[in-house]
Amino acid sequence: MSNLPASAARDTVIEVENLVTHYGARLILKDVSLEVYQGEILVVMGGSGSGKSTLMRHLLGLERPTSGCIRLLGRDITRMSHGELVDMRKRIGVAFQTGALFSSMTVAENIMLPLFEHTDLDTKTMEIMARIKLEVVNLPGFGHLMPAELSGGMVKRAAFARAIIMDPQILFCDEPSAGLDPVVSAALDELILRLRDAMSMSIVVVTHELESAFKIADRIAVLDEGQLLFLGSVDALRRESNPRIQNLLNRRADETTVDADEYLRRLTGEDLRDRVAR
Amino acid sequence: MAVKQTRGSILDAAEGVGRKTVRGVEEFGLAGALVAQSFYWLVAGPRQRQPVRLGAIFAEAREIGINALLIVGVLAATIGVMLAIQGIFTLRIFGAESRVVFGLAKSMTREFAPLITGILVAGRSGSALAARIGTMKINQELDALSVTGINPVRYLVAPALIAMMIMVPALTFFSELVGLLAAGVYVNLELDIGMRAYWSQVLDSVTIDDLAHGLGKSVIFAVLIAIVGVVNGASVTGGAEGVGRATTRSVVHAISAIIITDMLFAFVVTR
Repeated sequence: MSNLPASAARDTVIEVENLVTHYGARLILKDVSLEVYQGEILVVMGGSGSGKSTLMRHLLGLERPTSGCIRLLGRDITRMSHGELVDMRKRIGVAFQTGALFSSMTVAENIMLPLFEHTDLDTKTMEIMARIKLEVVNLPGFGHLMPAELSGGMVKRAAFARAIIMDPQILFCDEPSAGLDPVVSAALDELILRLRDAMSMSIVVVTHELESAFKIADRIAVLDEGQLLFLGSVDALRRESNPRIQNLLNRRADETTVDADEYLRRLTGEDLRDRVAR
Repeated sequence: MAVKQTRGSILDAAEGVGRKTVRGVEEFGLAGALVAQSFYWLVAGPRQRQPVRLGAIFAEAREIGINALLIVGVLAATIGVMLAIQGIFTLRIFGAESRVVFGLAKSMTREFAPLITGILVAGRSGSALAARIGTMKINQELDALSVTGINPVRYLVAPALIAMMIMVPALTFFSELVGLLAAGVYVNLELDIGMRAYWSQVLDSVTIDDLAHGLGKSVIFAVLIAIVGVVNGASVTGGAEGVGRATTRSVVHAISAIIITDMLFAFVVTR
């Protein structure tokens, strides 16, 4: 594990400044600011509903924020035209939680799709590149299979192969170990470390798996109810005294305070009716 | 208390109607935007090095058109024979059975072929489109397309829409021929009119206007089927069950849209 110091001298590849987002009228992210340095692995942690998936969708330019700015490789993606965003997306790779392989294509066709759409390479070259990436993710010889014929761990590996086919500068991974057994998930952690070391990518991983986060992270960002609670190294996180962070680290449920009147109103359904009447 | 509850349920109902209306308007807006964007990509795609792929259009066309030939043919033939039976039965009252060919030719080209083809394609391909896009949405495949720099409208919607607009009129023309042929065989057996005489009567009866009426309508049906399928697919929430709901909804919406549009089209063009 290489816990690199977060010095200002290093190049930043992602800068998020004062990000505020809503879903409808609901406030999701409240003034989040963070940065990711060249060659580091930043793990974004948080429980369900903490806003970590929303942050990821904004970093990918899939949603437009209410306010704030997101600079990828020095350029603000919130103000980009469609064409500029397409160019930016050729320089990033994404491995989705479900893998999101196209079920109508073979694994190799999935991996080659970005090349097919964005380059003029001939098919032979594309096939060779796809095979190289399959070797990198340790899936040699699986190119001809359909995604439905792969196991959960293999689907994620194939998704990584597709994400890195264009040799991106930034790789995003959404919950890489969700739904996998510990052995497979440890292998994926190894893969993420290997990709960073071999291809000097900057990697953002969104996860709620503590073990995995501590193993791969250079720095950890902890989101809680849409706010950035902590941003720093793994050691600093362990020393952090904030009770909510301690709860997260020790897997304790948050204590919720109960207002007796509010509780009664919820049970009788009066709060709903009042909301409608308003 | 009771008054308060009644007031509450009235407000609930009003809110429900409001939400459905907003959703309906949103879907109309989305449908319009999808058609506009599909044509934008068809024209401007190649310049941005993001063309609508011919291979994708052919693949869709094969699925929508070629693979549906048999079932469209069978249904068109059945409808043709049915029309001949009913036509002869009705005209016999006036002793004018021999005029049945005129009615057959007009009704098959102007109404029955486009309608039956539209309904069939809506049930077969419109629902498949909704299911496919819905499944892709819940599997994050649509997001995966976007972040790969591939516009989902260009990649998924445009090929389906273009293929639909080519294949539905083609299938309609095919079902006109098959329907009239089957009707001809029945008329030949029942009224003893020779096939040669039957076809020459058909050609005398059908005008360019009749053909344009039927085929023009079928192009509109094609757009409706494709867009209703895509809009329903794209609005899927809630996993596999949601896909099922969207698929059913897409068939019901597409068939309703086809029948209503058919009436409006006839009203506007015929009067």
